[in-house]
Amino acid sequence: MSARWTLSLGGLVVAVAALAHAAGGGMSLPRTIEAGSAFSIQTPGSGNARLYIIGTGQVLKRDVQLGHALFFAAGSLFNAGHYLVVLAGDSSTETESFDVVPGNRPSNLSFLAKPSRLPVGLHDGITGAVYVFDAYHNLISAPTPVSFELSSPSGTVQKRATVARDGAAWVQMDSTAVQGVDKFVARVGDISSARIVGQVPGDPCGLKMTAQPSGQQVLLVTDAVRDCNGNAVPDGTIVTFTETYDGTQSTIDEPLKRGVAQVTISARNGALFSVASGVAMGNQIHWEK
Amino acid sequence: MSRSFLILYTVLTAASATATAQPVLRIEAANLQSSRPMQDQTGKAAIRDYLQSWQTLGAALEQNRAGLLDSDFVGSAKNTFTATIQQQAALGISTRYQDRSHDLQFVFYSPDGLSIELTDNVEYDVQLLDQGRIKTTQHVSGRYLVVLTPAEVRWKVRVFQGTPR
Repeated sequence: MSARWTLSLGGLVVAVAALAHAAGGGMSLPRTIEAGSAFSIQTPGSGNARLYIIGTGQVLKRDVQLGHALFFAAGSLFNAGHYLVVLAGDSSTETESFDVVPGNRPSNLSFLAKPSRLPVGLHDGITGAVYVFDAYHNLISAPTPVSFELSSPSGTVQKRATVARDGAAWVQMDSTAVQGVDKFVARVGDISSARIVGQVPGDPCGLKMTAQPSGQQVLLVTDAVRDCNGNAVPDGTIVTFTETYDGTQSTIDEPLKRGVAQVTISARNGALFSVASGVAMGNQIHWEK
Repeated sequence: MSRSFLILYTVLTAASATATAQPVLRIEAANLQSSRPMQDQTGKAAIRDYLQSWQTLGAALEQNRAGLLDSDFVGSAKNTFTATIQQQAALGISTRYQDRSHDLQFVFYSPDGLSIELTDNVEYDVQLLDQGRIKTTQHVSGRYLVVLTPAEVRWKVRVFQGTPR
């Protein structure tokens, strides 16, 4: 039969869960122990023996006087996992087992946000994955509420709430319409972890140029180049001007400078000028003097 | 359960000196939390590397050689096992772990593809030796939570944690 109680010992609270062996002459020990908690193991019989606690996470070995309880102070066993308890006497060996379980108070988050930089206005473009750990870096497997928050410099905030299962949770967020540096935060209780996500302008949108005579040539100048959300496309972005005349084509690539691109081309009557940047096509101008 | 299927899995990697039989592998249908579908090849590679990690861990704990862990473990799993090996060496003990069967299920695949979590209901034997003398041999049924992350050419175990079954 299992029992559950709390034993106070000189100010030290020893949380003892259900006993694996409460009667029958064998070892008496908890079935589960919270990571880092104090616990005790009552040994049967008389004489001397050696007690081993073995697991992949930790091993302990103690000499014991049989018939007495062996106390393990808080912090003795802190790695979650399955442990064998082996009591080896002169003539016999007894074996029991228990589990060390993670604490239920989250203390550490492992938060990975991707990507660190992306264009504005992407649906589900930002992903976050989080693993929830206790103070001893054991993965907390019990369902744990997790919230995610993505805030942009413009003040817009996206929030998502989910539950970590088996210690893991994830989220997808949209990049916002405004370029800048967003703060991406994962939060569990009073523990949080933040990442920075840079949002850059998207592809040019509504690309438009004008043409005006410049001596014997024509000056082609774009309007300020912006993406579909109105963010200025960064300087250095290549704009391609194309002239089609008498069945031949010539192109000039110009980087944006101060938000616009401009180029001077020979003014030939009947020439067709067009402008493009990346996948965005702009307007066309048929040049007639 | 009904969705599960049994695979007699041939461990492609070399067995440790203590290995006496290849473990039986059962793979449950994935119950993934993720927006990202897991490619068959990715799943197979993760399972292959995870099973290999048991061989490596067994050898490292038996020989008390933490250096063996480098090929299959990183992060907290590697740190934990390294500490365990140091404790064993200081106490004059060693342990032999021999996995007998694995019942695996993928439970999480991060949207960026940079971590996989699986559960493993595993049957294994563990033997305790003190100063080279066998103290006990026990058969254990355990459940493990495992997180794998990609390294240069393989998946490595980052979290390896027993949980109550």
